[in-house]
Amino acid sequence: MAVLEFPDWMALAPALILAGTALVLFLIDSIDPHSTNRTLLSGTAVAGSLSSLAVAVWYTVAGVGATGIENYGVIDVMNGQFVVDQLALYFMIIIATVTALVTVASHDYLRDHTYQAEYYSLVILAATGMSMIAASNSLVTIFIALELTSLPSYALVAILKDNRGSVEAGLKYFLIGALSSAIFVYGISLVYGATGSLQLEAIATNLGAAGEMGGLLGLGILMLIGGIAFKTASVPFHFWAPEAYEGAPAPISAFLSSASKAAGFVLAFRVFTTAFPIDATADVIGVDWTLAFAILAIVTMTLGNFAAATQENVKRMLAYSSIGHAGYVLIGLAALSADGGELVMGAAMMHLLVYGFMNTGAFLFVGLAEHWGVGRTFEDYNGLAERAPFACGAMAIFMFSLAGVPPFGGFWSKYLLYTETINAAADNTILLVLAAALVINSALSLYYYSRLVKALWIEESILDRDSLAQPTGLYAAIIAAAVMTVVILPAFGPIADAALEAAAAVVA
Amino acid sequence: MMIEALIAVALVGALVTFVAPNRIAGKLAFAISLVPAALSLWLFAAFDGSGNALLDGELAFESRAAWLEIGDYSISWFVGLDGISLPLVVLTTILCTLAIVSSWTPIDDRESQFYGLILFIEASLIGVFAALDFFLWFVFWEAVLIPMYLLIGIWGGPRRKYAAIKFFVYTNVASLVMFGSFITLVFGLGDSVTSFALPEIATAMVNGGPEGFFGLGGTTLASVVFIGMFLGFAVKVPIVPFHTWLPDAHVEAPTPASILLAGVLLKMGTYALLRFNFTMFPDQVETYAIPIAAIAVLSVIYGAMLALAQTDLKRIVAYSSVSSMGYVILGLVAYTQFGVGGATFQMVSHGLISGLMFMAVGVIYNATHTRMVTDMSGMADRMPIAVGVLIAGAFGYMGLPLMSGFAAEYFIFFGAFGSDLLSYSPLFTSLAMFGIVIVAGYLLFALQRTVFGPYRLETDYEVGRAPMHDVASMVVLLGLIIALGVAPDLIFDMITDAIDPILERGGDL
Repeated sequence: MAVLEFPDWMALAPALILAGTALVLFLIDSIDPHSTNRTLLSGTAVAGSLSSLAVAVWYTVAGVGATGIENYGVIDVMNGQFVVDQLALYFMIIIATVTALVTVASHDYLRDHTYQAEYYSLVILAATGMSMIAASNSLVTIFIALELTSLPSYALVAILKDNRGSVEAGLKYFLIGALSSAIFVYGISLVYGATGSLQLEAIATNLGAAGEMGGLLGLGILMLIGGIAFKTASVPFHFWAPEAYEGAPAPISAFLSSASKAAGFVLAFRVFTTAFPIDATADVIGVDWTLAFAILAIVTMTLGNFAAATQENVKRMLAYSSIGHAGYVLIGLAALSADGGELVMGAAMMHLLVYGFMNTGAFLFVGLAEHWGVGRTFEDYNGLAERAPFACGAMAIFMFSLAGVPPFGGFWSKYLLYTETINAAADNTILLVLAAALVINSALSLYYYSRLVKALWIEESILDRDSLAQPTGLYAAIIAAAVMTVVILPAFGPIADAALEAAAAVVA
Repeated sequence: MMIEALIAVALVGALVTFVAPNRIAGKLAFAISLVPAALSLWLFAAFDGSGNALLDGELAFESRAAWLEIGDYSISWFVGLDGISLPLVVLTTILCTLAIVSSWTPIDDRESQFYGLILFIEASLIGVFAALDFFLWFVFWEAVLIPMYLLIGIWGGPRRKYAAIKFFVYTNVASLVMFGSFITLVFGLGDSVTSFALPEIATAMVNGGPEGFFGLGGTTLASVVFIGMFLGFAVKVPIVPFHTWLPDAHVEAPTPASILLAGVLLKMGTYALLRFNFTMFPDQVETYAIPIAAIAVLSVIYGAMLALAQTDLKRIVAYSSVSSMGYVILGLVAYTQFGVGGATFQMVSHGLISGLMFMAVGVIYNATHTRMVTDMSGMADRMPIAVGVLIAGAFGYMGLPLMSGFAAEYFIFFGAFGSDLLSYSPLFTSLAMFGIVIVAGYLLFALQRTVFGPYRLETDYEVGRAPMHDVASMVVLLGLIIALGVAPDLIFDMITDAIDPILERGGDL
């Protein structure tokens, strides 16, 4: 990093700051065990994630890790075990943003909770793991970072110890998570067996030598895809998501469905662009792996949307809709075989960023509703807008944005994804099907998103609720997410450029 | 910067009204809406544009600023007015102000949210008519949907939820079809287009049209896009058989929302047809002239027949919009100066007349709590002024000379009769003219039963005269209708000035 005159390892600062914050939280907990000083604990967590965000944004703007400029370039840390490039920084921004929103909101959500310090340190540790995934460049570091993300997540889902749903969800998440970790690590060993290396560039170099072990390698790749499908809640490893999101505390659902999903995708983007170049891999295993992602994308978005349309429980609806959105993002990987595929991937990254705001906001609103003690079904949400017009206005923005209605952020990122896919489809006609599936699914999704808006704004209230508490932290997080969902519109150009350039640099 | 000011005042006003206490929201929104109304009248007086905005015209109040670069295409904030859009902007601001006034009596729940949404719609509608970049235009186009959905859904009649969802789903799916078609066209135009600015796309269409895309040839692609966009806009207009959302939405919507729905929202569809289909695709208009004219005539006759069968006063007015919009389509497809000009004139005229009719029906409903023709009789005794306005509006609908409806329909029929592009145009025109007879039939029939005869409404309370503010806003509208009827040149000159380039391009002038 010639530019900023720092040692190379400092390029990992966004992740290291998070790790440091987790340690500070442990320190606070050891000085004052069972502390219920919510302001101190959540303040520390928020400060940590915001500094991580600030550094990541600063690095991105300064061009750290950017290719194509003199004296700049991808930064290797620990002999290529980690890399810091624009892709890594882009995802560190998403993760830090979601973490900040979630920790702000948790301030009120955790009011009567016993394990405050543990909660925040687990969140921050998971976020550290996610940031590490974004920068990992070897299957070993990827696996370690992945487990660093997963283990705190299991605990967080089950943290409401007195709530049966929460514990059950945690158990389910843990069992499926352990299984998929096993599959993933087995995939890693097969890839290692075939190519003799774990570092991603080295795998790509050794692909040719794997000639007679093509089947082994193919199986390994398939197992890696399985692990990624679990992390991103994509079909066929999506079963855990509705249960876990429903049982988990709402801020944790927001955290898992936005940040953890983004981490899963950056892992997929990194591994498949760097380690398995399409042509070279297809020569060895005989199949083009983008085909797998094309099929996954269509099945995932369709299944997610149809399942979401039939839910009565708001949190489950959001969980299935988040599966649907994973399907949209998978198009980014499916398109890589075509010319212009890197732009589709950039558009998918863009969608993940916007999704970080709108989906986190939506889950936090559910958290607010839980805070108020209203029920969980659509009917329970009836008429809330009369009592809380601002929060419900924000929720309407999230819903219309998730559905892809202009002028909100979700429209712009879906539009970008759609046009880039159509553009690339000149090369690979299967993309035309994907673009069509994207549009049809978006139109379908409007049904269940508008159903929630209808419940909030149009239906008569069934209960007599005179006043609803207005917890500052939750409100602040929700309104901030809503403002960002709208403000992304004027700022869309530079953010989209950053995503497209980051994607182009990795693919090239 | 005048257009930005118009939009900004309405938008900021919407936010201010949204947070204002319910008690003052109505008056506050009225005061705020006077600003865009006055500004737009000033724009009208100071208008110095000429030609068509899309075809090398001289725009008035133009402003353009680079906004986003997405992929290979740039999007800009690009607004401006020509002779087609200016009258519609003025119509929007005036109708919004009057709609706010006419909400004072019926709206008594969550007022600040209601008036906030009305002002938000006003901002979006001005944007739709002023935007000249496809993306900007589409954002405004869709931004109208959400507040209208809420207006119908929250303050509507008994079946409001069904009507609101139906409205939203119908028009949004139509928007998606239209959006997809247009994006396909932009890709098909290839490297000659680098932005979404409508004038640039129109120019590219003049210089040869699309090259083709995905194995579709240029001409086929143009036809596909033409049909896709036509279907998308047809729902908004609405044209039979895509009209079924309209009576539901109208009948369930509160009076002010009906006024805006019929007065301005339907015009979005015909305005977009004129701007996109009829300006950019003259060849396709020629190819599909007969089916389009057939649909137009079908809309006129079928809409009028449906209106004839209704007993709900509001439903009658709602269905009559279907046939009025049919006239607009007929004028457009005639592709003559009087045809297209008359169609544009009819957009404004119908906005005023249907606004007036809905207002009168609303006032009668507020007093009697019924809209059924069969329940009412002799209303002229109790509400002479409101009923007088209703009768005047009905005559405007029927095309009484010296009212704007007459001028509009005369222009359209005159233009359609002499159309070179449309084969059998005298046949289509005379069929459509038969619609006037039915219109006169159902309006006179309804009036005769509600207005005249002895008063016999059974209510527990006194049915008295309409409030002053309602009467005042109806009188304003009536004045505008008569003004345009007596002196169509007030706007017809600027309309034809903007329309001639389209016809020149099509080779018909």
